[in-house]
Amino acid sequence: MQRIGVFVCHCGTNIAATVDVKAVAEALKNETGVVFSTDYQYMCSESGQNIIKDAIRDYKLSGVVVCSCSPRMHEATFRKAVASVGLNPYMLEVANLREQCSWIHKDIATATDKAIVLGKAAIAKVHLNAPLTAGESPVIKRALVIGGGIAGIQSALDIADAGFEVDIVEKEPTIGGKMTQLDKTFPTLDCAACILTPKMVECSQNDKIKIYSYSEVADVKGFVGNFTVSIKKKARYVDETKCTGCGLCTEKCPMKKVPNAFNMGMNNRSAIYIPFAQAVPKVATIDADYCNMLKNGKCGVCAKVCTAGAINYKQQDEIIEEKYGAIIVATGYNPIKLDKYDEFAYSQSKDVVTSLEFERLTNAAGPTNGTLLRPSDGKHPHTIVFVQCVGSRCDDSRGKPYCSKICCMYTAKHAMLTREKYPDTEVYVFYIDVRTPGKNFDEFYRRAVEEYGVHYIKGMVGKVTPKADGTLDVQASDLLSNEQLHIDADLVVLAAAIEPDKSARPLATMLTASMDTNDFFTEAHPKLRPVESPTAGIFLSGACQGPKDIPETVSQAGAAASKAIGLLCKNSLTCNPCVAHSDELMCNGCSSCEKVCPYGAITYINKEFKMPDRTTAIRRVASVNPAVCQGCGACTVACPSGAMDLNGFSNSQIMAEVDAICK
Amino acid sequence: MSNKLQERILRSSGVNVRKCMRCGKCSATCPSYNEMEYHPHQFVYMVEKGDIETLMKSKSIYKCLTCFACVDRCPRGVEPAKVVEAVRLAEVRKQGNNHLIPDQIPEMLDEDLPQQAIVTAFRKYTK
Amino acid sequence: MQVNKNKEFEPVIVAFCCNWCSYAGADLSGTNRLNYPTNVKIIRVPCSCRVNPMFILRAFQRGADGVIICGCHPGDCHYTSGNYYARRRMTLLFSMLDFLGIERDRTRVEWVSAAEGAKFAATMNEFTESVKKLGPNRRLEDLRCRKQ
Repeated sequence: MQRIGVFVCHCGTNIAATVDVKAVAEALKNETGVVFSTDYQYMCSESGQNIIKDAIRDYKLSGVVVCSCSPRMHEATFRKAVASVGLNPYMLEVANLREQCSWIHKDIATATDKAIVLGKAAIAKVHLNAPLTAGESPVIKRALVIGGGIAGIQSALDIADAGFEVDIVEKEPTIGGKMTQLDKTFPTLDCAACILTPKMVECSQNDKIKIYSYSEVADVKGFVGNFTVSIKKKARYVDETKCTGCGLCTEKCPMKKVPNAFNMGMNNRSAIYIPFAQAVPKVATIDADYCNMLKNGKCGVCAKVCTAGAINYKQQDEIIEEKYGAIIVATGYNPIKLDKYDEFAYSQSKDVVTSLEFERLTNAAGPTNGTLLRPSDGKHPHTIVFVQCVGSRCDDSRGKPYCSKICCMYTAKHAMLTREKYPDTEVYVFYIDVRTPGKNFDEFYRRAVEEYGVHYIKGMVGKVTPKADGTLDVQASDLLSNEQLHIDADLVVLAAAIEPDKSARPLATMLTASMDTNDFFTEAHPKLRPVESPTAGIFLSGACQGPKDIPETVSQAGAAASKAIGLLCKNSLTCNPCVAHSDELMCNGCSSCEKVCPYGAITYINKEFKMPDRTTAIRRVASVNPAVCQGCGACTVACPSGAMDLNGFSNSQIMAEVDAICK
Repeated sequence: MSNKLQERILRSSGVNVRKCMRCGKCSATCPSYNEMEYHPHQFVYMVEKGDIETLMKSKSIYKCLTCFACVDRCPRGVEPAKVVEAVRLAEVRKQGNNHLIPDQIPEMLDEDLPQQAIVTAFRKYTK
Repeated sequence: MQVNKNKEFEPVIVAFCCNWCSYAGADLSGTNRLNYPTNVKIIRVPCSCRVNPMFILRAFQRGADGVIICGCHPGDCHYTSGNYYARRRMTLLFSMLDFLGIERDRTRVEWVSAAEGAKFAATMNEFTESVKKLGPNRRLEDLRCRKQ
């Protein structure tokens, strides 16, 4: 028989306001096995923990039930406390009185009744708890960063700086991500390339960092400290080790009519290409969709001109398997497709552009070499209308429900830079709200208005109509003067909402990392563990977790790196002792459990058994590898003979809880 | 405050005016904006405030073309045209209004009256 | 649980929630102060695939009026595939229970992610209502187990 202590927490008034905690402590005192029961204001505080520790000593407790907040919150705290006085930490159970009782109910009488039932269920479970000891598993001292944008680059550099090996997997032919496409960065207006390209070069030169460009993660197996990742290196038809990046092939390639994705399709490139001059690695890639040689075997110019002999038309996709201890996800974002918002005439006129396209139009490496020209006729625009919140802050059926966060600031930047370079241009910004929380952000926006004379109009554009003379009629409302405006614009710039990259969803499935309804990765705790995924060993960096600007991305990338370094520093990890085990006497070796195990933790061994008639028999029985088992319990249900059971969540324990609740 | 009236408007339109984030896209998109004294975004805001009698007295309720452009383009799915329609109906259905008596109708008929209008009038007033 | 004729019938509902998604979703509905009836009592399991059909039969035997199993959305299982097992097992179990005369509305599998606090509360409200409508479970309840 266990000697159980019950500790009921008030949590200030969080629990005590709707649950009569004294009555709960009193009622649970009468349960079988309970030798001590008390209540206290904050059980998780030091003095609260001391009450538990003292009671364990004084009453020789063998089991502890804490009725407090969710076990997801403080189970670890209390386990540590009981362990410090010599009780096995797995002899503790937490009854969730806060999140699942006091906070959701209003009536004190019924809430107290429910609290007592929850307490009883926990007591019933503790009666069947057994001391568990955690095993250890080694940590592979190498990290993987998925995505080579500014988030991935920063994380990789920080990890390499700490002395650990780190690999970057980037699906594009070069690292750098979205930031390479930007011209200037707010609010300091430093040039994006000037601050990013040195970091890209640093990545390629650091001998701790290995870049898998033009590659994707194909499969992830394993668990924290010991992931096995299959990386698919897509065929780029160029030998990376031989290519010098001279660019001769891109000049000679006869197929020059490929829309240049780097410039948002606003100009063309050749079928063999290097995305931009500062690409890392600076290696050519053949676009198989356009290359004549790959499509119909007629051409081969690039192979002829390449002095390094790097071209290989027979290259195949290659799968590389690597082992990692930690994984950082930095898959980033994309602007949404604007087909749905036909009122802005995005698909009807070349002069309606997204902000990222506008960024390329003002970039010195862009299609216009940095001169702001209309895409349709190459003339200078004299009136530019910026539209905010296109697809952001929408009803679920109409767009993204969230604020994309960066648009207010980059629009202020675009407007300001336009006015600075072309003072004869009138710039209008239609806004719903101007959101500028950030260091020097509001000052920046005010400067755009006060010093640069950008017209900020509170209201929304309702309709953009291309006119015969090539201009655009922008019909909008000015809410403050309560009138409808018609502006003759030369260029309309839409601040398209941003969404997570499409590759994130399948990746989340591979990593078993959870996502929210918008396909952003969820963090382990929104406030206290913002860079960790709930899945151990997976860390989040940058816009894959939510819309972010560059300073925020870089700080999150550093935080994710430090979390990963913290993990890689350890030589071994304490395993979860709540793993499956098989009762060899009951196991009949049927293989049902092996088939359902997602981790391959179950193997079969032939074991000698002494039979009642003193003979020995060799039987095939299941054996669980506790280092590999993650404790899901699929096998326990599949087992027809009931030999499989799960530590910490055994059949009898859950049954006891069911009984306690139903009585 | 006309809470009952507001409740009726909200129920008959089926619109949750609180979803409005005051972007003004409804008024930006409205083709009869210049004809209206109160504009679509004001309808939504004034119904939320409960200032409905003002709207009912205004000619604006007859100026809405019910083209549904605002309904189509509202980012929050507020459906302002339905609010306008509900206010219009509240005015039309007001008790004690000078509705026609069925017997009066035949006298008022003239040759130029479209057939459809006659049928509609009979349908409306003979019940 | 004794059914008092003077009082409204208060069903006993057992909810099995997987630790990674649904239990966190339940916590979130608490954090957001979203109400659902006290009838629902949650049992934490590591994964929805840990729910043995035996547990559900046991619950009905001991007088539960409804049992709901909540897991991660398909494809989102923390253990990759556990919720698929749960879905198959429960489909079979529920059709068998249906055959035995346990109404379909007393049993349910629902996917609730860690971000869906509102969905959790709404599901529990709805489920409790539907069980309330059915009245007490008498078919599988073992009277010997009843508390005096």
